[in-house]
Amino acid sequence: MADLLIHIASVIAMLGVIVASIRFVLGPTAADRTVALDTLTIISISLIVFIALFTNRVIYLDVALVYGILSFLGVVAVARYLEGGL
Amino acid sequence: MMLLVVLLGIAMIVAALVAVHLKNLAAAVVAAGLVSLFASVLYLLLAAPDVAMTEAAIGAGLSTVIFLYAVKKTRSREVEDD
Amino acid sequence: MEVIRLIGAIIALIGSLFLFLGALGVLRMPDLYNRMQAGTKSTTLGSILTLLGIGLYHTEWFWQMLVLIAFAVTTNPISSHSLARAAHWVGIPLTDKTVEDKLAEAEKQERESRREEVAP
Repeated sequence: MADLLIHIASVIAMLGVIVASIRFVLGPTAADRTVALDTLTIISISLIVFIALFTNRVIYLDVALVYGILSFLGVVAVARYLEGGL
Repeated sequence: MMLLVVLLGIAMIVAALVAVHLKNLAAAVVAAGLVSLFASVLYLLLAAPDVAMTEAAIGAGLSTVIFLYAVKKTRSREVEDD
Repeated sequence: MEVIRLIGAIIALIGSLFLFLGALGVLRMPDLYNRMQAGTKSTTLGSILTLLGIGLYHTEWFWQMLVLIAFAVTTNPISSHSLARAAHWVGIPLTDKTVEDKLAEAEKQERESRREEVAP
C-alpha cells in the first residue's frame, strides 16, 4: 500500500515537470521563463530524492543537496541583470 | 526507466532549441540553464552521481552568472543584419 | 512501524499534489506576479511535505531530509523576492484586475534619488 502511494506521488511530480515546461516554452518575457526555471528546479529536487529512494542509494541525496544550495544563484543573477546591476 | 531516459533526452533537445531560437539573450541564458538541469537528472538516472553533481554546480550556478556578466558587458539583443 | 511508513507515503502524496498544483498555477495564472506566487509559495510547501513524507517512509534518511528542507525553506524566498523586485523595476505589467500598487510610488522616489546621484 505504502509503496503504491509513493509511486503515484513520483508520477504526479513528473506531471508537474511537464506542465511547468510548457510555461517555459510559451512564456513571453525573460522573467516568466526564470519563474518557470525556479519552479522546475524546486520540483526536480523532490524528483531526485524520489530517484534516490527507488534505487536505494544514499549518495544520490548529495546531488539534491547541491541543487538546494546552488539553485537560487542563477535566479538572483538574472534578477540583478534585469535591474541593471551585476 | 528507459522511457524516462528517452523523455529527458527529448526535453533536453527542446530546451536547447528554445535557447537557440530566442532573440532575448537573457532568456537564452536561462534556457541554457534548463538544459543543464535536465542533463543533471539524466546523468543521475544513468548512475553517475559525481558527474550529476558537477553539472549541477557548474551548469546551473556558475555558467549562468558568467554568461549574464558577459552579455551585460556587450549588448542585450541579437542583431539581425550587420 | 508499518503505520509510520503509510503515514509518510500519504504525506508525500499530498506534497506532490501541491507540487503539481504549483506547476499548474505557473501555466494558468494571468500575469508574472501571480505566476510567481503559485510557483514559489505552493511548491515550497509541496517540497517540504514531500521530503518530510519520504523521511518518514525511509526512516534512515530522516536527518538528511531535514537538512534538505532547511535549504529549501532558506533559498526559495530569496530568489522569488529578488526576481519580483527586479520585474517590477523594469516595468513588467500587472494584470487588469489589480486593485492597488503601493510599490510603484516607492519606486518613483527611488528613481528620483538615483537620478540626483548621477546628475552632478
